Amino acid sequence: MSTTNYIGQATSRVDGPAKVSGAATYSAEVHLPNLAYGYVVSSPIARGKITKIHADEVLALPGVIQVFSHENVPSVAWLDKKHQDQVAPGGSPFRALQSPEIQFSQQPVAMVMAESFELARYAASLLRIEYEQEAHETNLETQRAKGYEPGKGKTGYQPPPPPRGNPDKAWEQAAHRMEAEYVHGTQHHNPMELFSTTVDWHGEGKITAYDKTQGVFNVKNYLVGVFGLNKDDVRVVNHFVGGGFGSGLRPQYSVYLAVLAALELRRPVRLTLTRAQMFSFGHRPQPLQYVKLGTNPDGSLAALQHHVLHETSHFEEYTENIVTWSGMLYQCDNVKLGYQVAPLDVFTPLDMRAPGAASGSIALEIAMDEMAYEAGIDPLELRLRSYAERDQNQDKPFSSKKLRDCYHQGAAKFGWEKRTMAPGSMREGNMLVGWGVGGGVWDATQKKSAAKASITADGKLTVLSGSGENGAGTYTIMTQIAAETLGLPLEAVTYQLGDTDQPEAPLQGGSWTAASVGTAVQSVCQDLAGKILKLAQKQADSPLQDAKFEDVEFLNGQIRLRADHSQSVVIRDVLQSSGEAKIEADGSTTPNMPKQSQYSLHSHNVVFVEVKVDEDLGTVHVTRVVNAIAAGRILNQKTARSQVLGSVVWGIGMALMEETVIDHKFGRYMNHNFAEYHVPVNADIRDIDVIFVDEEDDIVNPLGVKGIGEVGMLGVTAAVANAIYHATGKRVRDLPITIDKLL
Amino acid sequence: MNSFTFHRATGVDDAVRETTRHTGAAYIGGGTNLIDLMKENVMRPSYLVSVAKLPLAAIEALPDGGLRLGAMATNADTAWHEDVKSRYPLLNQAILAGASPQLRNAATNGGNLMQRTRCLYFYDLATPCNKREPGTGCSAIGGFNRIHAIFGASDQCIATHPSDMCVALAALAPTVRVSGPDGERSIAFDDFHRLPGDQPEKDNNLRPGELIISLDLPAKGFSKNFSYLKLRDRQSYAFALISVAAGLELDGTTITDARLALGGVAHKPWRDQEAEQLLIGQPATVETFARVAAQVVSTAVGQGSNDFKIELARRAVVRALKQAAEGSQQATDVFQNSNP
Repeated sequence: MSTTNYIGQATSRVDGPAKVSGAATYSAEVHLPNLAYGYVVSSPIARGKITKIHADEVLALPGVIQVFSHENVPSVAWLDKKHQDQVAPGGSPFRALQSPEIQFSQQPVAMVMAESFELARYAASLLRIEYEQEAHETNLETQRAKGYEPGKGKTGYQPPPPPRGNPDKAWEQAAHRMEAEYVHGTQHHNPMELFSTTVDWHGEGKITAYDKTQGVFNVKNYLVGVFGLNKDDVRVVNHFVGGGFGSGLRPQYSVYLAVLAALELRRPVRLTLTRAQMFSFGHRPQPLQYVKLGTNPDGSLAALQHHVLHETSHFEEYTENIVTWSGMLYQCDNVKLGYQVAPLDVFTPLDMRAPGAASGSIALEIAMDEMAYEAGIDPLELRLRSYAERDQNQDKPFSSKKLRDCYHQGAAKFGWEKRTMAPGSMREGNMLVGWGVGGGVWDATQKKSAAKASITADGKLTVLSGSGENGAGTYTIMTQIAAETLGLPLEAVTYQLGDTDQPEAPLQGGSWTAASVGTAVQSVCQDLAGKILKLAQKQADSPLQDAKFEDVEFLNGQIRLRADHSQSVVIRDVLQSSGEAKIEADGSTTPNMPKQSQYSLHSHNVVFVEVKVDEDLGTVHVTRVVNAIAAGRILNQKTARSQVLGSVVWGIGMALMEETVIDHKFGRYMNHNFAEYHVPVNADIRDIDVIFVDEEDDIVNPLGVKGIGEVGMLGVTAAVANAIYHATGKRVRDLPITIDKLL
Repeated sequence: MNSFTFHRATGVDDAVRETTRHTGAAYIGGGTNLIDLMKENVMRPSYLVSVAKLPLAAIEALPDGGLRLGAMATNADTAWHEDVKSRYPLLNQAILAGASPQLRNAATNGGNLMQRTRCLYFYDLATPCNKREPGTGCSAIGGFNRIHAIFGASDQCIATHPSDMCVALAALAPTVRVSGPDGERSIAFDDFHRLPGDQPEKDNNLRPGELIISLDLPAKGFSKNFSYLKLRDRQSYAFALISVAAGLELDGTTITDARLALGGVAHKPWRDQEAEQLLIGQPATVETFARVAAQVVSTAVGQGSNDFKIELARRAVVRALKQAAEGSQQATDVFQNSNP
């Protein structure tokens, strides 16, 4: 018999049919009459200033409406505070077209508006702009001495904890030790969907912006602040996102320019960036990481030091948590963590999937592998000998931590016990076989979220919460939670998101959407259930007459007594006979801070990787991956698995090919297209096993969910690098590990 | 992208006439490269003459035992043609190593010869490039040149030709039939593309207005002992860092004829006839291949970030020749790529 217990099931995406049939509308696909089209012109230089813009030549073309530049756009809010969105780092956010100054290559310097996209693009290609070039600096290597400890400007950034124990002495006296520097390439998020905004203009200062973003409220508040608009006059909508990975956390210059144009031209506007321009804003910075580890004679960690330097821009101080995780993933009493940034002539970096942790775990987990070989201990065993039962950074117990189960179940599935320790000791013909391990830790966060639920007499439930949907499965899991809470079939539930007219939800990032919005959805649905129960009890001869809310359950379209299932009513009958057309409940949920603050709230994982390396040619194939994750309750086995599969692909790409290359002569990212910025293709990916270990946790939030958007990619990159070492004996510390590094 | 006039040619003569008559005219076949270049404003033809519908798509046997590949046959139709598969499997393998199924379905054989370099600086108008704008300088020299040439480069240009198909063609040595204002002529494949010298803006030796009509393969196809080995940064949809097309004829273990061409290494598909001569008469052993490979790279010059290509090319030549001698396919692919 079918049941309305949906949480945890492998439910297919409820928005899948709309996406594959083209019915899902993305921000560049909103059809409006009288649209004007924008096309951004980008700076060819990295530093200097604009001396002349030959706009007249372009304005003469029939159909060209305007050429916006610093010469003619109205000024916007003066205070930096007005430009700082929810996740802005400290500093002065970039303001496009407000000044002739060039601060980074590909900076937007003009926007051509025309009656068609094609015309705007053509006109933009003809626009001549003269520059006065100044010397730029984009090479972090030469700026090492400029590194400094950043302030605590950015939401979510935690400066590393102070040193504990005596890390220098402990390292000097360690039985075995290692030290090394690690670096990986700059990455750009590059979701498939280009940044795009369609703005509807409703009259003086009134707009609706259909914007590619991971947070409609963040964009709304930004627009209100920057353009001095009335809060009630700005609506931001985004029902579908074609990939975000963090690129849509901050409002991009595309939404700013599109709105600016709509307000100036007093008509609807569409602006879409090009693929090359997708390399013109935030990116995962390239960190220079230094790690020193030492072990006791028994193989447990005696000392751990991890220091990082990465770039920020000259106008903002970007920070991310790279080293903090190293102080809590393993038990170690002598720890020193350092974190510095140095400014370069680039755009401000931007959070990218598992920001900080993805980078930090590469260095720490390759270092752990090096340590294992120094100490002559199996790399998995080394990790078990320093298993952290407590978060030493915060000196708190974990709310739950089933990483040991991940180690055991992952190793068993992978067949780790058959591994031979010596590099190059496992081979098939002329293919060297390598097995590597790596892992990581990520925050389990709950944020304040609001939701609203309403049910009509025909038993149809609608739930609203203005979160984002990056493709993670938000529509689906919220539908599951709502349906299960009210005992309704999935088909009777519609979940809507991505609109500032809806109750406010947080940005979709940090792996917190399931925990935050899920809790709010569950809560308002419970409130609604309480109201329905009251209606049921008003009915004459109701079998639930004296039941308390805790005494009943909502299942299969019925409310029934838990103690006596024969005592039940049909929910739809209750609604129909109540005479009410619609019943509603709304509210918001916040984390239980008194309870949560006593614990360290984190998800963990471990990844096992097999590579095969051609011993003559250096070609690498990742043939098997097992990723075992402890992330609390899994709401949907199918969408959760898909998220982790995507994470593993990210990790493989980061290990083997993904890198934005900057030519310092021009201060410019040169491989700004999908032909030359390599991410894995299907042919690069083979077997990926995902294990979610059982992990109950009633502290993180009422649902017990920790989120899996980021944790799944941790450890993958290091495990690939470690597997390559095991196969070849070559320790590559400069990622991605391309063919030239293995010759 | 610039605005342009589009003319669908009614015949070869019409195509040649229209292209000769209009300054800034260009032929367009599948458009898989030209449209990209136009979107990036690297090329701005004002008059496009479409030759896609011309009756040049046939693949047919030639009286001398060879095979004629129509210039407008798609790369996919060519790769999967029965005669290509059975008699010129090296060509089949090279075509399938390139691009993606979607691109191969649209791209034509003529267009494949005409595709332009993937040099990052050629593609980016913000940087000087002698090939795009003669006299402005070469940004790749001293720049990010990991994908650039190790053979035959000049101080004006170190770009490479990006084709896979053309590397196999260089080994198979067809003639290229072209039609132009002065009528038809044939060009040996090795003479079709050129080295950059002091005119890097010229990719090939076509005269103004000339249109490729067909590629005429000779009878000999090296169908028994061949290999196309492509080394790249990912398993599909990436240009070759190094590719090697090898064809051998063996009498027992003695090499009686040999072809060897490299891709991703020069401004043109790089056939090495000296190496071929060194192979002929020698035993098909790893020692022979190693000696020849050392000879192949002896003239190579690195540019910094592509220095690794010299050693990689040496190893790839050995592997490709070994695979050709063994009659095995590209053995580095542990995933057992299955083709439709």
